[in-house]
Amino acid sequence: MLRVELDILKKWITPNSRVLDLGCGDGALLHSLKESHGIEGYGLEIDPEGITACIQRGVNVIETDINKGLGHFSDDSFDTVVMTNSLQALLRPDRTIEEMLRIGKECVVTFPNFGNIKALAYLYIKGRMPVTRQLSYQWYDTPNIHFCTVKDFETLCREKRIRIIDRATVASQTPGRQLQVIWPNLFAETAIYYLSK
Amino acid sequence: MYNTAPMNNRFPADSVGLVKPQVFHFEEPLELSCGRVLPHFQLMVETYGELNRAASNAVLICHALSGHHHAAGYHNPDDKKPGWWDTYIGPGKPIDTNRFFVVALNNIGGCHGSTGPCTPNPATGQLWGPDFPPLRARDWVHSQARLAAKLGIGQWAAVIGGSLGGMNAMRWALEYPDRVRHCVVIASAMKLSAQNIAFNEIARRAIKSDPAFHDGHYLNHDTLPRNGLALARMIGHVTYLSDELMGTRFGRELRHGTFERGLEVPVEFQVESYLRHQGDSFSEIFDANTYLLMTKLLDYFDLAREYGNDPVAAFRHAQSKFLVISFTSDWRFSPQRSREIVDALIAANRDVVYANIESDLGHDAFLLPNPRYQAVFKSYMDNVATEAMHLLRAD
Repeated sequence: MLRVELDILKKWITPNSRVLDLGCGDGALLHSLKESHGIEGYGLEIDPEGITACIQRGVNVIETDINKGLGHFSDDSFDTVVMTNSLQALLRPDRTIEEMLRIGKECVVTFPNFGNIKALAYLYIKGRMPVTRQLSYQWYDTPNIHFCTVKDFETLCREKRIRIIDRATVASQTPGRQLQVIWPNLFAETAIYYLSK
Repeated sequence: MYNTAPMNNRFPADSVGLVKPQVFHFEEPLELSCGRVLPHFQLMVETYGELNRAASNAVLICHALSGHHHAAGYHNPDDKKPGWWDTYIGPGKPIDTNRFFVVALNNIGGCHGSTGPCTPNPATGQLWGPDFPPLRARDWVHSQARLAAKLGIGQWAAVIGGSLGGMNAMRWALEYPDRVRHCVVIASAMKLSAQNIAFNEIARRAIKSDPAFHDGHYLNHDTLPRNGLALARMIGHVTYLSDELMGTRFGRELRHGTFERGLEVPVEFQVESYLRHQGDSFSEIFDANTYLLMTKLLDYFDLAREYGNDPVAAFRHAQSKFLVISFTSDWRFSPQRSREIVDALIAANRDVVYANIESDLGHDAFLLPNPRYQAVFKSYMDNVATEAMHLLRAD
């Protein structure tokens, strides 16, 4: 997760709140939020190495297959449910987002924007599925099975009547960094959404 | 103070080496949950490693149904097998005896030297036998608290247990919240399922139906209900293994005989011979009354019963952090049971780590080597040890 993404996300987290992180990886985000915001955090992860890394960091990690549902968490049991860079790897991202909004009062979702001009150019000029630093897998071995664009995501929010409290987009290099403010769908590399019911 | 015998270099480098059990006597009466009182009692104990000056590095090992105080190391240089949890206790192991002072005991009601059915009832001078009072996990906790006091341990760095031992550990976290920093619950449950109780009842019936049982007074008749106890163990043993494991380990291999046409010879499958051996050897070393007592203790355990049947309310009383581990092929204490513990802990806002370890070894997986289980357990315990060291420095 880029520094700039983390800074944006942190603005939307209430100090001393309860945070659930879906696909928490090595626990770096929860650890950082605990230090800066004093949160009571729990992370869900399925990768054994990620789980061990979380334990070493002293992060509360719960081995969970998010695709099997989150039925064991009760409604509104967390202040914020966060999911960074995992949306595209889920079997049914729409269902997971509904679950997140059921469990949390608010949600933060980040995902790589597949409408990004670099991805488009890769596909259009090379005629092949984009392989970039951020999306470094081949089409056949990628865990990322549900790519979407900024527009796709907002369409889903509209259809599901999800409230977008705030939105931010991130691009790592110029001129994308300036242009993504005007044309996020084309220039944002990562989209960050702050949502509620 | 309570140090172990020096390392014997004939043992593996990561073994605690030769160890010696000690008996601790407690002269103050112990009031039990059933209302009866043990006027005094004794515990058979082993310790490994050294207690630090601040007594911040003590770890309590809670045994399972047929366990005892001999958790690690060897009693004799010729012992073929080390203690029952030697894979996880020793220098450099998850429960690292270079860093922790490890306390393992045989619980009251047991049959390995602690006060139980095989020790004398002070009121009659006869062995307790079937008249030993029924016990609950909290009775174990209270007797273990006496032991902690005697060893100079005000707060455990961790209370650790698998299966029934996990229930014992959770009860510690609720009975003495400020005396447990970490609670490690492995392959356990907040209460047994009906299926689990059913298996235990079959085991009890097997013991009681043995003509040599004599209503539990077999020792007065100079006999043992060997067949009944062996059968009880065979039933239990099957439920501790998984179908896959039995398939790969034994399959349909024959130990004796053949199915060839025209030959009439007795046939014995490998699995039959294995199970019979397990049952027979167990029936020589374990006490039938203890088996009855412990299976009942298991059946009666219900973590949240006295907290309005609400596990979340129960865990709100805990102050410790929790590590919960389950094994994918364990159907006696399934991952689902562990997940219920975890969900209640999260709802109660308690710190918890949960790992569901891939294994085809069934319930017994908690005793056996497994790289991922070891990694998870060791990573967690390393942090517990570091914390214990900080407390020592702050002392």
